Formats: sequence, C-alpha cells, structure tokens
Amino acid sequence: MNFDFSDDQKLLRDQARKFLFDKCDRKSVRTILDDDQLHYHKELWSQISEMGWTGTAIPEEYGGLGLGMLELCVIAEELGRSLAPTPFSSSIYLFAEFIKNYGSEDQKKKFLPLIASGEKIGTFALSETNGTPKPSNVKTEYSSETINGYKSPVSDGETADYLIIAANSDNKGNRNSLSLYIVDLHQDGVSKTSLETIDPTRPACSIKFENVKAELLGEQGMAWDMTENIFNRAAVLYSFEQVGGAQVSLDEAKKYSMERFAFGRQIGSFQALKHKMADMYVKIELARSNAYYGAWALSTDSNELPVAAAGARVSASDAFNYAAKENIQIHGGVGFTWDYDCHLFYRRSKLLSLNIGSTRQWKENLISNLEKRNIV
Amino acid sequence: MDFNDSQQEAAFRKEARDFLEANAEKRSIISDKPSDKSPQIAVAGAPETVKGGKEAAQEALERAKVWQKKKAEAGFAAILWPKEFGGYGGSPIQQVIYSQEEHDYLVPSGYFEIGIGMLGPTMMVWGKDEDKKRYLPKMITGEEIWCQLFSEPSAGSDLAGIKMKAEKDGDEWVLNGQKVWTSGAHFADYGMIVARSDPSALKHKGLTYFYLDMKTPGIEIRPIKQISGTSNFNEVFFNDVRIPDSQRLGGEGEGWKVALTTLMNERLAVGDPPGLDFDQIFEATKELEVEDGLAIKNSEVRQKMADWYVQSRGLQYTKFRSITALSKGQTPGPELSISKLVTASKMQDVSAYALELMDSSGMVHHDQNPVLKNLFQNGYFFSAAMRIAGGTDEVLRNIIAERVLGLPQDERADKKVPFNELPSGKN
Repeated sequence: MNFDFSDDQKLLRDQARKFLFDKCDRKSVRTILDDDQLHYHKELWSQISEMGWTGTAIPEEYGGLGLGMLELCVIAEELGRSLAPTPFSSSIYLFAEFIKNYGSEDQKKKFLPLIASGEKIGTFALSETNGTPKPSNVKTEYSSETINGYKSPVSDGETADYLIIAANSDNKGNRNSLSLYIVDLHQDGVSKTSLETIDPTRPACSIKFENVKAELLGEQGMAWDMTENIFNRAAVLYSFEQVGGAQVSLDEAKKYSMERFAFGRQIGSFQALKHKMADMYVKIELARSNAYYGAWALSTDSNELPVAAAGARVSASDAFNYAAKENIQIHGGVGFTWDYDCHLFYRRSKLLSLNIGSTRQWKENLISNLEKRNIV
Repeated sequence: MDFNDSQQEAAFRKEARDFLEANAEKRSIISDKPSDKSPQIAVAGAPETVKGGKEAAQEALERAKVWQKKKAEAGFAAILWPKEFGGYGGSPIQQVIYSQEEHDYLVPSGYFEIGIGMLGPTMMVWGKDEDKKRYLPKMITGEEIWCQLFSEPSAGSDLAGIKMKAEKDGDEWVLNGQKVWTSGAHFADYGMIVARSDPSALKHKGLTYFYLDMKTPGIEIRPIKQISGTSNFNEVFFNDVRIPDSQRLGGEGEGWKVALTTLMNERLAVGDPPGLDFDQIFEATKELEVEDGLAIKNSEVRQKMADWYVQSRGLQYTKFRSITALSKGQTPGPELSISKLVTASKMQDVSAYALELMDSSGMVHHDQNPVLKNLFQNGYFFSAAMRIAGGTDEVLRNIIAERVLGLPQDERADKKVPFNELPSGKN
C-alpha cells in the first residue's frame, strides 16, 4: 500500500509552504481585505504564475508544467494554509479543468496557454438566484450565437477575462436544455456589479449579459453532466484548501492557548480547551484522510471519484468550519476583533464550504452517488 | 498513490487468505442466522456474547482454543513475536494484513488478544529466560489464557492510583485488595498484576508488578453484569494471596515502568470491533420505512448518513496512511489515536438513530425480534461501554491534546505528595 504523496510531491509542498510564508503573509492578505478596490493580490498572482503553479496540471503542449492532479492537490493545501487572495480556484480548478476536459483542440490551444501562464484569468458561473442551483433556475439563454441573461454570484468575476457559463440552448427548464458556453468578458454587453462577500479576500460580482457573443463548450445539452464532473474534480482540490486552512486554525488556537494565562496558568492546560482542540484534530485527520482518497480517485480517473470527492468535500467543510469557529472561541474577546486573524479563517472557511455547492448539497450528492454505486 | 500490496505483501496475504478460507466461515454484513441474538461485536478480552449459560460458554471457550491452536500451527497467532517463542517473526504490516483478512471471517475472538498483544510482550522485556520459555509458547497456542489485573475501584482513568497491597514476607509477597474490570478473569489461567508495595513513596514510585496463577488460594472472582446483560468483566478479590518473589517482573517500585510496557502495546492489541458501522445502517435504511417511504429516501436521514460515511471512511483511510508508513518500515504518525474516540461515539449515534427509524419496534429487544436481529439494540448498549473501556473519551482527548498536540498537562495535586497522604474520597 502506498497511500501517501511521493517524496517529490512532499518537496514541492515544502517549497510552496516556504514561498507562501514569505510572500503571502497576513499583511498581504489584509491589503485585499481592507481595500474594496482590490480584488486579488496581483504581485502574488504573477509570482505563483511565474513559478508555474497555475499550469501545474495543464499538459506541456498547452503551456503547462504537465505534472499531475496530485501536485495540484499539494499546491491547493498550501494556498489554503496561507489564505492566498488569488483567483486560483476559479481559474485553475474550474475554468482550466473545463477546457482541459471538454474543450475542442482549438479551444485548448487558445485558452490553456493563457491560463497556464497566469496572463488571463477564467471563472465559472452557474447560479442566478438564491438557493440550490437546479436546471429550472437557469434563465440565461443562448440563441443566434449570443447570450442574454444574468449570473450571480460569480466568484472572481471582477478580475476574470473569460467565463464559462451555463445557459439554455433550447426549451427551458430541464437538464438537457442546458449547454456550456465560453464568454470573453471584455466585450460590449457585459456589465459587472461588485458584490461584497463574507470573505472579501475572495470576491464575487454579478454579471448581466446583453447580446454577448459566446462559443459552445463541449456537447450541446450536456452542461449539467459536465458541471457535475468538474465540480467533483474541483471538490477534491477545495478539500485540500480547507484541510490546509483548518490545520492553521488549530495551530494558531494552540499557540495562543499556550501563551495566554488565566487563573494563574496557561489556558491551554484547561481540559475544556484541550478537548476542543482534540476534537479539531480528529476532524482534521478524518478530513485529511478523506481528501487523500479524493486525490487518489482524481489522479487515477477512478469511477470512485463522485463518492470520493463528495466524501472529501463534506469532511473538509466540517473540519474547517469547526476549527475556524472554535479558534475564535479559544481566543476569547480578541478572537472577534478585526486586528486578530481569527476572522480571516472564519470568513474563508464558510466561503469555501459554499463556493461550489453547500455542505448540505454535497451530503446529498454523496448519498445519491452511493446509491448509484449500489455497493458500499 | 495506490492500494496495492508489494510482492511480498501479496504473497503473505494469499497465505493468510488460503488459511482462512480452508478453516473459517465468511462473515456477512448483517448476520443472517435467525437465532443470532448478538451482533458480532467483540473486543480484546471481551469475547462475543454467548447464549445458554455456563455450559455454552465453556463450549465456546473450547472452540476458541481449537481455533487458536490451528492458527498457531499455521503461524498466524503471534505474527509479531520472535520465532524463539513460537511467533512468526513477522512485521507490523504482516500483522495488519492478517487482521484485515481475518476481519471478513467469523472466528472466535476476545480470548487471547490481551495475552499475545500486551502481556506476552511485557514478559519478553521484563521476564527471566526460564519464564519466557515456560509461558510464552503456551500463550500463543491458547493452551493457557492470561488476564490483566490493573484497574481498581479507585484506579480507573487514574490508573496509577492503585491501592492493592503487596507486602513482602521473606521470599514471598502477600497481596490484599480488589481489582475490577478484569476481562476474562473467569477463564484465565494466569494474570499479571500491579500492586502497591510502598504506600509512603510517591504515587508512581511505590508500585511493583507480578504475574500469578489465577488458581492461587485466596483469589475470588465475581462477574460484573453489564448494561448489555452480559458479563465480560469481573471483580477479583485478593485475600492473603501469597506469591513467590520469583514472579516479580522488574524491580521493587518499578511497577509503573513495567505497566507502561504493557499499556504501550495496548493500541496494537485492541482491534476494530466489526459489525456496526455505516454499512449496517445503510442496509437498514433500505429496509425500514418512515412516514414518506423508505428511510434512505428521506432527506434528514440522508444528511445524517453522509456524516457517518465520512467518519467511517475517514477512519479507514487514516488506517491506510498508517499502514503505508508500516509498509515502508516507518513508524506511523499519531493519526490513529483518533480511532476509538470516533468509532465508539459513531456506534452509539448510529445505534440510537437506527432505533429511532424503527419507531416503536425499536423498543423490542427480544430473541425473536424480526428487525435486523437486534443488531442496533445490542449496539446501543455495547457502545455505551465502548466509550469508557480502554480509555474514556475524555482520557483519549487528553492524550491527543497532550501527546499529539503538545498542550500542557493539567495541574495535578498528586505529583509531589506521598501516596498515603493524598486525598482519596470515598474509596
């Protein structure tokens, strides 16, 4: 059995951790948090692009490094640890994966090198209304080679150059009427409105489309199937980000509890707090193991992916949400101040657990995929 | 990443599988024997429940001994033990592989694990050569069963709070006091015991460790009837029990150190109780009906099931991480310390929820119970005990906090005071 990352992958992790420790400290994260006009950390983005992280899992022939999904999982965990304020997830886990898996040869040649180099940023938009997205909620339409409609929230929409969008290609309201389209956002008819989010270091906007040109991605009528598959792939990567964030939440809770004294002793010596941190550890180790399994399924294109991805996602959301909220609790009063960093993790944890579908929705996915598999 | 065995591992697995296939019966997800009142739950020292009183228990014990002998002859009874004591001289990964394979078969368990897993290794470290030669091989073959006499009424989570008196009289020691929670004392031939030889020393300094014949005069064994109605544990009373000094393991006052050798082996010895996990409740939800149809179609049920699935598989994959380290010849990280903490609570939650799904039928705990053979009724009781035995949830959290996370120890009142000056409450 070899259920672990390789030595090379661990080396990559160490390098990434060191780099982000230097270049993506909390001060950098806060520059994005505190300034409404900044949507991502441009300097950091160009540095990680230069190192090739954005092209990690993009084949060399399309300008990437041609490494695998396991390497991308390694990077994801480090981005999660450092709370990196970049559009990495939108552009790489989603846009690039859509193009890589469903794009025509021409589309791959056109988009992937620009995404791999970090020169252009892509994202994905499905949701139009509150609540769980479903085919009947999609009102955006495609006809005569143009898109009309509205998407909200669109993660990293403000900074994105390209967008993949689900729209009705014929009779509305069912799964098979939806197709995916690629939209160049630098054109007339695209109007963006910034939205505040619960984590301003991961921004979103709403976008209105009026007679906007678009090109079909993949097969017509297959939007829902393609999205499910790419969400499964992305769920594994998100779960690594979440595990990374959860681990740092625990580390910081622990550090504070050993420095802070009350009643004449370190607060970390009180069982009430120790047990909380033990519970964080339990959830994080379960999440890490589920994420590993997701990574295995992702990297081997296993039939297990739908179950493995949902399991990783549910477990990681639980771990990060718990670790982030109890980190605030362990810090006490200073934990809910703007100055202390606890809220950065609290914000990020909830945002990440909503970004590609809520935990509730992923639990439902998990059980329905288990039923489909019909064996447990 | 892959889940494949190495060539040697695969060869060993085949050896184990061939042996089991030829000698044991396969286990199904939910036992389909209609008369089977008990779920197949057993942990080290707590054999699965046997119906039919003393005679049936005696028969079950004999069956277990026959099985153990076969297993020993095939070399699988003590895979980690050196060959000179009748072991296989194998590696931890081989032990894991054998356990994985055996997990799928209905074989007797709960009689020999404490001896082979914990007490034998203690004797290997602290025993004299003639002791090792005399006792260890028979421990493996199951001819002689051993029990562990550590806990006392006032020494549970605080194990070093032992009060059992050990007084020296020439070449002998005289033991007086009471042990409790002794698994298998009623069928054990020998035991290992920690007693207080110097009450005026500090708590951890005044203990001495011995082994003894359970038929020594002055020992009285009384079973403890548990919440489940069964009796796997005993109270053991010592009334002027005389044992020779030659049965001491380690020096006088070194008992705690010897006990730690025993306890350090506990994690390896206590396996997973098979039989009540996500898979079982998943099967049940496909049969049980709630107000709007089959339970598995109900949204609330599905949400809960997802939580248990990720706990169950999360533990399984955590084990895979540890096994990977073993397979590379490395020491696994501390991640498996979460195992019992998660398993016991999960079993309790799963059982309680399954009873909910049965509605008023959940009340029935009867031999003829048509609903899933009492699996969840039994689990409901068993899990309450499991959250306490072998380290309570709270002690396990302390262990994770202190030893894994490195958090400071709680302030303690018993560190610098002689044992006989410590406040001790009712006991």
